[in-house]
Amino acid sequence: MSMQSNLDTLYRQVIMDHYKNPRNRGELDENDALTINMNNPSCGDRIQLHLQVENDQVVDAKFTGEGCSISLSSASMMTDTVKGKSIEEALEISGIFSEMVQGKEYDDEKYDLGDIEALQGVTKFPARIKCATLAWKAMEKGLDE
Amino acid sequence: MFDVQKVREQFPILHQEVNGHPLVYLDNSATSQKPIQVIEALEEYYNSYNSNVHRGVHTLGSKATDGYEGARDRVQSFINAKNREEIIFTRGTTTALNIVASSYAKAKLNEGDEIVLTPMEHHSNIIPWQQVAKATGAVLKYIPLQPDGTISLEDVEETVTDKTKIVTMVHVSNVLGTMNPVKEVGEIAHNHGAIMIVDGAQSSPHKKIDVQDLNCDFFAFSAHKMCGPTGIGALYGKKELLDDMEPFEFGGEMIDEVGLYESTWKELPYKFEGGTPIIGGAIGFAKAIDYLEEIGLENIEAHEKMLVQYAMDRLTEHEDVEVYGPPADQRAGILTFNIKGVHPHDVATVLDSQGVAVRAGHHCARPLMNWLGCTATARASFYLYNTKSDVDAFVDALVTAKEYFGDVYAE
Ligand SMILES: Cc1ncc(COP(=O)(O)O)c(C=O)c1O
Repeated sequence: MSMQSNLDTLYRQVIMDHYKNPRNRGELDENDALTINMNNPSCGDRIQLHLQVENDQVVDAKFTGEGCSISLSSASMMTDTVKGKSIEEALEISGIFSEMVQGKEYDDEKYDLGDIEALQGVTKFPARIKCATLAWKAMEKGLDE
Repeated sequence: MFDVQKVREQFPILHQEVNGHPLVYLDNSATSQKPIQVIEALEEYYNSYNSNVHRGVHTLGSKATDGYEGARDRVQSFINAKNREEIIFTRGTTTALNIVASSYAKAKLNEGDEIVLTPMEHHSNIIPWQQVAKATGAVLKYIPLQPDGTISLEDVEETVTDKTKIVTMVHVSNVLGTMNPVKEVGEIAHNHGAIMIVDGAQSSPHKKIDVQDLNCDFFAFSAHKMCGPTGIGALYGKKELLDDMEPFEFGGEMIDEVGLYESTWKELPYKFEGGTPIIGGAIGFAKAIDYLEEIGLENIEAHEKMLVQYAMDRLTEHEDVEVYGPPADQRAGILTFNIKGVHPHDVATVLDSQGVAVRAGHHCARPLMNWLGCTATARASFYLYNTKSDVDAFVDALVTAKEYFGDVYAE
């Protein structure tokens, strides 16, 4: 049952945990936070990300939206990760994440990537990479502004 | 006699394993597989008589021209069009519908005119009309859907008025499998002086089409969904309408006289076929039509009906699988569904791990997804080479998906 174990590399328990018990699901007050809408036009996933940034620091992050286990668990992990990081750090981690899911060499030492590394399994499922990166793209878009 | 095992032998691609399981290809509404006859016709064209058409004096040029123009005759007879020049080769359904929107509707519609359509349209039969509305001030009106995803002729009567200039809809919905009564709708349209456009992308692969009987004004379809190559399709239009339209693309092949400041167009159908046409594609398209007619469209339709009925019967055992659209006897071989609590992407990934190819997403029908109350669905769609054991493999894989996600949920 190699395919079963292959599936298991995609759907790691941590991922399922984030999917079933998403962290930071919800909204932030529009007066304090940026709101970024991001769709995956090819499959219908939508995410709305709220980022509260003060003095170049991401002080809070929340999200709402609909999507598959990969896109929603990724949003949950991403919001967990960027909270408390500077803009520069958050963007850098996003870059590392992007390399990781594309199956490239990535720096796993500079930051504690924690749960995020569980998403490595998508490299074997090219059709699902876009699911994994949706929330991160939203974050990058928000912080670039 | 229709023999599905014989049919399968003609499709080389089906005989492979995917992820350690025999391939079960159920994404036919997206694109169909190609029989060896079509592949060989393309090979023969490129190997032995590839040439440009309509211009070369040389032998290969004439052969290619014969192949291309012969394909037009083939398409004409396939849909029973009255005249060969009513067949315009296009890149596919999308381009065909855009030609009508651009060259007919933008020129003829005025502020306050109405374009009537349904919420079950593919994006390619919505967005061109939104653009026409923006350009002309015409308005879009939608015929409401019944709870089972069909339309009623009473609602069509209510929606179409004397201000309506265009009624357009899918013949068969690529999501619900609904078969729309386009002939009757066309009568209503004509009674109000409107034209009737049919998006035949999902009907032409599966049933006999007779545009004169349907009495539609335009009919659009794609070769790649009916055993033909990608990159080619056709627009049928009534001659008097096409004659009265300006070209869609300008350039070589479509001109009569060219001056420095003015040019004139060739006659139909060439004025709509600017540039080097899709020669190989048209030849492959014609071969696909030969193939389908040899098998018999009525056999194909009956086979798919059997499969969709069998699949729906088997799915009734699974209460947590919701199937959208009309009952089996009123639908084409398309089955759109969701498993409760499992996102369709995840369903499709687990199915793929079992060798079963289905589509997951919004199927280019966002407004319909809103109507269904979901952002995405999974879809299995059948064609002539699918078997009951494909359906069994599909249902087994669904059970695997449920168990897999059930287990992860339970932990
Ligand atoms: C109902 C319907 N209309 C139009 C299209 C567009 O066809 P094409 O992509 O070949 O232009 C499709 C294909 O997905 C379809 O299913």
